[in-house]
Amino acid sequence: MLKNTESSYGTLSKALHWLVALVVFTMFAVGFWMVELDYYSDWYKTAPHYHKSVGLLLSLVVIFRLFWRMINKRPEPLATHSRLEIFAAHVAHLLLYLALFAIFISGYLISTADGRGIEVFNWFTIPSAGEFIEQQEDIAGSLHKWLAYGLIALVSVHALAAIKHHFIDRDNTLKRML
Amino acid sequence: MKKTLLKHSMLSFVSAFLLMGTASAAEYKIDTKGAHAFINFKIQHLGYSWLTGRFNDFEGTFSYDSEKPNDSKVMVEINTASIDSNHAERDKHLRSDDFLEVDKFAKAKFVSTKITDKGNGKLEVVGDLTLHGVTKSITIDAKKIGEGKDPWGGYRAGFSGKTTLGLKDFGIPERLGPASTEVHMSLHIEGIRQ
Ligand code: HEM
Ligand code: HEM
Repeated sequence: MLKNTESSYGTLSKALHWLVALVVFTMFAVGFWMVELDYYSDWYKTAPHYHKSVGLLLSLVVIFRLFWRMINKRPEPLATHSRLEIFAAHVAHLLLYLALFAIFISGYLISTADGRGIEVFNWFTIPSAGEFIEQQEDIAGSLHKWLAYGLIALVSVHALAAIKHHFIDRDNTLKRML
Repeated sequence: MKKTLLKHSMLSFVSAFLLMGTASAAEYKIDTKGAHAFINFKIQHLGYSWLTGRFNDFEGTFSYDSEKPNDSKVMVEINTASIDSNHAERDKHLRSDDFLEVDKFAKAKFVSTKITDKGNGKLEVVGDLTLHGVTKSITIDAKKIGEGKDPWGGYRAGFSGKTTLGLKDFGIPERLGPASTEVHMSLHIEGIRQ
């Protein structure tokens, strides 16, 4: 089923969740690796180009995901979950979305600080909105880096929680996202 | 008669002495406020072309007297984070640990130690440059451009200078390839007499 039901995520929600998860892990690894590249590396120019292109397209996917979430039923929490678990999961999901957008925005603000737009795969260009603060590229850059680390830390907790529900509680939490 | 002659010569001696004293004290403040001063650099890109940029934020003073150029002094302090190569991503990289490490070394400083008149308005300016935490003596080949009254009631003097800095000498890694191990500095300063 494409749509969510009261007891499970639908195909589209699942596909979006795992697509975003896969791309985010790749983006993190690429980001981490590309800033250390040698000037003469074949990837010196292409890796950041792909990082920015994929990142900006991913932001559209996440916007669509939120839209789909809004117009869709939300699976009910499992009856076996405690109030604390339900609350913690909610907060974690909210923070995951917030961190994603903060990363998209800070990344955009690095490259556009000098008025240059960002080319998405030589396909179209997202224009710059200008410089908002002095030394924007440095401030946005360190935010981007720490937010990316924070996101990965949060995702690890999130994934551990899912694994705990699957193997220790042996409930449906993970299964209904698969 | 004799007395007055002696008095005269005494007077002129004293006044000449006094004049000398005032003349050597011409202090100038570099006009960074009105941006009539520039610290520009260029470095080879791959050995195929030049990349140029500048430092936007600095301040300094100098003392200069055209009668006694060898007594001149100059001091300049540069905010290293103000590096500007007209490309935000590149400037971020230049400020990072890979190059200038501006978090750690926020200021670069030049203090002259010896200025020698070479004739024809040319000056050799030797001094200590502190950059990236390393202090080294460097030589700037300078030239006086001119001095005189400005239209707004002040008095100005201006100089140009050139020097070449080896990245390695200041502990900056040579990451840009074999053609790009030296930065060529081109300095243009105008001072307002205080
Ligand atoms: C970058 C990686 C990830 C991100 C950004 C992410 C984000 C999210 C978000 C925002 C939700 C809430 C969905 C909604 O209701 O709108 C969610 C749900 C879920 N995620 Fe992830 N996730 C990631 C990786 C993972 C991994 C690796 C696992 C499992 C090992 C996982 C398992 C789950 C499960 C089971 C749910 C459903 C939770 C529930 O029904 O309360 N996620 N994820
Ligand atoms: C989920 C999405 C993203 C993740 C996980 C991510 C992660 C990272 C990481 C880990 C770095 C290295 C940080 C460092 O060590 O300095 C980085 C750098 C960077 N990212 Fe992202 N990023 C994402 C999205 C974006 C987007 C959407 C853009 C721009 C549109 C972007 C632009 C940049 C830029 C310009 C750099 C700096 C490269 C440099 O310093 O040379 N990123 N990113």
